[in-house]
Amino acid sequence: MKPRVSGNLFPAPALYEMEVEKYSFKKKSRIKEFVGEKFIAANALTALVVILLIFIFIFKETIPILTSPEVKKEASISRMTFKQEFYPKRDPKWSWQPNSDVPKYSLLPLFLGTLKAALVAMLFAVPLGVGAAIYSSEFAPRRLREIIKPVIELLAGIPSVVLGFFALIVLATWLQNSFGLTYRLNALNAGIALGITVVPVIFTVAEDAMTAIPRSLRQAAIALGANPWQVTFTMVLPAALPGIAAGIVLGFGRAIGETMIVLMASGNAAIVSGSLTDSIRTFSATIAAEMAEVVFGSPHYNVLFFIGTLLFIFTFIINLGGDYILLRMRERIQGKTK
Amino acid sequence: MNTSRPAASVPYHFKQKSPGVIPKGLTLAAVVIIVLILGVIISNVFLGGIGVINWEFLSHPPENGMEAGGIFPAIFGTVAMVFLMIIAVVPVGVMTAIYLQEYTRPDSKITRLVRVAINNLAGVPSIVFGLFGLGFFVGFIGTGIDSIFYSPGRPVWGQPAIIWASLTLSLLALPVVIVSTEEALRAIPRELKEASYALGATKLQTIVRIIIPQAMPGIFTGAILGISRGAGEVAPIMFTGAAYYLSHLPSSLHDQFMVLGYHIYVMATQSPNIEATRPILYGTVLVLLGLTVLLNLVAILIRSHIRLRRVSA
Repeated sequence: MKPRVSGNLFPAPALYEMEVEKYSFKKKSRIKEFVGEKFIAANALTALVVILLIFIFIFKETIPILTSPEVKKEASISRMTFKQEFYPKRDPKWSWQPNSDVPKYSLLPLFLGTLKAALVAMLFAVPLGVGAAIYSSEFAPRRLREIIKPVIELLAGIPSVVLGFFALIVLATWLQNSFGLTYRLNALNAGIALGITVVPVIFTVAEDAMTAIPRSLRQAAIALGANPWQVTFTMVLPAALPGIAAGIVLGFGRAIGETMIVLMASGNAAIVSGSLTDSIRTFSATIAAEMAEVVFGSPHYNVLFFIGTLLFIFTFIINLGGDYILLRMRERIQGKTK
Repeated sequence: MNTSRPAASVPYHFKQKSPGVIPKGLTLAAVVIIVLILGVIISNVFLGGIGVINWEFLSHPPENGMEAGGIFPAIFGTVAMVFLMIIAVVPVGVMTAIYLQEYTRPDSKITRLVRVAINNLAGVPSIVFGLFGLGFFVGFIGTGIDSIFYSPGRPVWGQPAIIWASLTLSLLALPVVIVSTEEALRAIPRELKEASYALGATKLQTIVRIIIPQAMPGIFTGAILGISRGAGEVAPIMFTGAAYYLSHLPSSLHDQFMVLGYHIYVMATQSPNIEATRPILYGTVLVLLGLTVLLNLVAILIRSHIRLRRVSA
């Protein structure tokens, strides 16, 4: 490429000409620079503005639950939390039946369902994600490592609706036949499929944390006579533990918020039960299944947005926490704090 | 102690307690299981779907309550949607990355704040994006446009539409584009920028003429990953524009549209006759999965190319 030089270098113009030209060039380009920088800066604020807008617009539709007497009669915070006597002379219970004659908005069945699915997902994903991260960062030959990482990226790239489809059509049948389950779609089925999406999250964060451990630390351990797996388990793992924990926390956030898989593979029955082989209904799937048919501005509508607010706040805290752990770990490794 | 070997050439401890077969084997097993899962999913979808894939299937609309015919409207809708999404997200994402890398210091307050926001945006559940798209784009912006420019009555913009679905997805893809662009920006050798400044170029000129062209592969990767992410997401577009079934293709920005992911969801869960729709369902899943896997492979290849260049530079 031919370099372009702005301004005349040869021949030297008269002094006053040079001053004029220099001045005009500078002024014009200064304005351009200023406008350009401000424009770029304004665009850079998009992410920040969007986060604020998300909170405002989700929370806005939640407010009637706190203020409007009509909405509160059906769906106040306490009615959503505690056992309710929905019909006279019957035992109080938790129930999610928003479309019944007596609308019931107990969040406990949904909360239990969400927790059960996430629990199964974590039991499935933590050993796989952390194990694969350890192998990739500590034991794998370089060539193999260059293959493992893209494979995990591919796994992360599978759309959740495809995983939901797979769990619904293939995994559910297989689980039912193998273990003789009563319900085809249940917490176990949804949780395993959910775990498949969590594995890449845990793997990526944990692997990053382990490869970030400085070489000098490893060399020190080797110099003391440790063999490769001793280096890993007495030196690298303890040092990278915060990073691994952050990966698990972020993975949990992912499991709570994931929608399509649980919507398709969990059975969507809001049951209060401790069994992992019962059908479940989660927060996210409830929003997805009911938002399309809900009457705009009804208590049901407000409750769905309330659930959205809960999900948003929960994942927000999880993400902040995960980031904070990673930041602290990075600082410690670089020796900025003691 | 065995002294027959020279201690210096073979470290004694390595030989004695050498390699922890159990930890190595267990962690390797985790890798193998992950690879197997990926293999089972891809091969199951491939074997189940390859039989129905032909030109007819790809170029015709669904017929007979989705029990026959093809998926052309869903392919068209997906392409149109990600196209609009990419137009919206790439400029904003690239400028954010440039601002973070070129204009601010990594430890400045504004950089930290924006970074926290980006990380959080990446972690917001997709269904919450859907709620936001409904409340903000459809309910606030769309209804706002209607109340200013159109007479009251039937909503024009204030209803689910392809433009709102695309914009909702672009928020989801924003972190992907930013992260990928930033990686490319970091890989640009400092000498190139310094040479540009030495020739008298201003900062803006350097960015436009040197930095952006150099970062192009990274921007491209980000766009591809964004497309792959957007093409597969369903939850954010369920209430903001995707339709069960439409007899016509979307012809304007405020039309509803069919999309592959939502089509899969509808066929898998709402079909009255699951056995009859199953081959078509598998075919649709194969098209979507093939699309995302292909896009991801391209992104992986470009990225490893960038990394190689950085190592050799």
